[in-house]
Amino acid sequence: MKSLGRGLVTLASFLLVWHAVAKLGNLPAYILPEPWAVALSLWHHSGALFHHAGVTALEIVLGMALGALLGCASALALSYSRRARRWVLPLLIASQAIPVFAIAPLLVLWLGYGLGSKIAMATLIIYFPVTANFYDGLRHTQRGWLDLARVMLPAPRRWAVLRHIAIPAALPALASGLRVAAAIAPIGAVIGEWVGASAGLGYLMLHANSRMQVDLMFAALLVLAALAVGLYFLVDAGLRRLLPWHPAAPDSFESD
Amino acid sequence: MPAPTESALPSVPAATPLGVSLRAARLVYGGLTLFDGLDLDLQAGRFTCLLGPSGIGKSSLLRLLAGLTPPGVSGELRGGDARPLAGRVAYMAQQDLLLPWLNVLNNVTLGSRLRGERADRPRALRLLARVGLAETALARPETLSGGMRQRAALARTLMEDRPVVLMDEPFSGLDALTRLRLQALAAELLDGRTVLLVTHDPLEALRLGEHILIMNGRPATLSGLPDLPGAPPRDPGDPAVQAAYRAILQRLEAA
Repeated sequence: MKSLGRGLVTLASFLLVWHAVAKLGNLPAYILPEPWAVALSLWHHSGALFHHAGVTALEIVLGMALGALLGCASALALSYSRRARRWVLPLLIASQAIPVFAIAPLLVLWLGYGLGSKIAMATLIIYFPVTANFYDGLRHTQRGWLDLARVMLPAPRRWAVLRHIAIPAALPALASGLRVAAAIAPIGAVIGEWVGASAGLGYLMLHANSRMQVDLMFAALLVLAALAVGLYFLVDAGLRRLLPWHPAAPDSFESD
Repeated sequence: MPAPTESALPSVPAATPLGVSLRAARLVYGGLTLFDGLDLDLQAGRFTCLLGPSGIGKSSLLRLLAGLTPPGVSGELRGGDARPLAGRVAYMAQQDLLLPWLNVLNNVTLGSRLRGERADRPRALRLLARVGLAETALARPETLSGGMRQRAALARTLMEDRPVVLMDEPFSGLDALTRLRLQALAAELLDGRTVLLVTHDPLEALRLGEHILIMNGRPATLSGLPDLPGAPPRDPGDPAVQAAYRAILQRLEAA
C-alpha cells in the first residue's frame, strides 16, 4: 500500500512537471501536447488503442514464450553436453554481437508484415538473457549438493542430478533472466512494428507521427508503457509465487 | 526442542557392520605432499574420530573414503569384505546441504528420488520423529534453526541406511549447547554402524569416539589414542576425558 502511495505521488509530480513545461515553455501541441490533451486522445481513440495494444501484447507474449522455451532448451543442452557447448556457445555470443535491430528489416522481408516477424524479433531479443542466466545457474550448483548426490548414487546418473538438483537450484537464476526478458520483450515487438507492420502500437505511433497527431502518439506510448510495466509485474509476481524459497528475489520497492 | 525419549520411539535398525581399509593413500596438493603411504583401518561397527589441525588433509582423507576423490589423491580403498566401498557409504558434511526447495521430509528421502526408487515415507517420518523433527516434516529448511537443520541432515544420513557413515565436522557450526545435544543424538542413532567423524575439536572426539585417531605432521601420519573407558557420549567434565584432553593437546603441540 505504501508503495502504491509513493507511485501515485511520483505520477502526480510527473504530470505536473509535464503540464508546467508544456504551458510555461509555450510549446506548440505538435511538439509537446498537454497531459489533458493526451488523456482526451486516450479516450477518443480507446477503441483503436485497445485493438493495437492487443496485437502488440500478443506478439510480446508469444515472443516471450518462444524465447524462454528456446533459451531454456539451449541452456540445458549447453550444460549437459560438451559438444553442444562447442557448437552453441559461439552462436550464442554471435547472436549478441549482431544488433537485433539491424536484422529487423531482414526478418520483415522473410516473415512478412504480420505477427511472425515481430514474434521473431521479441524471441531473438530475449533469447540471450534467458539462456545466459539459466546456463550460469546450471553451472554453479553448490558443490556440496553434488557431492551428496554422488555419494547417494551407486553409479553417476547425470540426468537424475540435473533433474533433482541442478535444475531446481538454477531456477532463481532463470527467474532473473525472465525478468530481464519481460522488460525488453516489448522493445523487440515495437521495433518489429516500426520496420513494417499493419497493426500494433508501434505501427499506430508511426502512423500518428506522420499525421502530426502527437497527442495520439503520446497516448499510444502511455499504453505501451502500461503494457510493459504490467507484463513485468505479472512475471515478477508469478516467479515469486513459484520460487518462494529464493531469498534473493529483489524487492521491487521495499529495498530500503 | 526436547530430545526424543528412548522408549516412545522405535529404534533405528542398523545395517550389518562393515569395516573399511585404506592402503597407501597419497595426496599431493599444489606441489605439497600432505600425506603419502597412509594406511587407515576402520573397525566394523565402531565410532572412530579423526582429530587433527585445520589444513592437515583430514577432510581430503574423508572425501577419499566417500569416493569423492579430489584431484591429486590416490589410494586403495576396500570394504572389510574386500569389495569396493561405493554405494555403501553415507556422507554428512559441515553444511546441512538441505535443498531449499524441498520440505524436510522430501530432503530426507532425496536419495531414493535420485536413484529413481519409491521413497519409504513412513520410515522417513519415523526417523524424523527420532531426531525430534516430527512436527516440522513439512516445513521448508529455511524456517528451521541451525540445530534443527543439522538434525534433518542426520535423518537424511540415517535414511540412506548405509553400513559406513562418514561425517566431516558435522557439528562445528552450532552453538555449544545444541552441539552437545546433537552429539548425544548422533552417538545414540549411529550406534552399531562404522562411523568416521572428522573434527578439529579434541573434546568432540573424546565425547564421541570409541576409537580416536590423531592426524598430524607433514607429510601427515596417523596414530591411535588409547581407548577411553565408558561408552559415548561421554561427559566432557569426566576426569578421564580431561586427562586425555591434556594428553592430546601435548601431542598436537609436540608435532
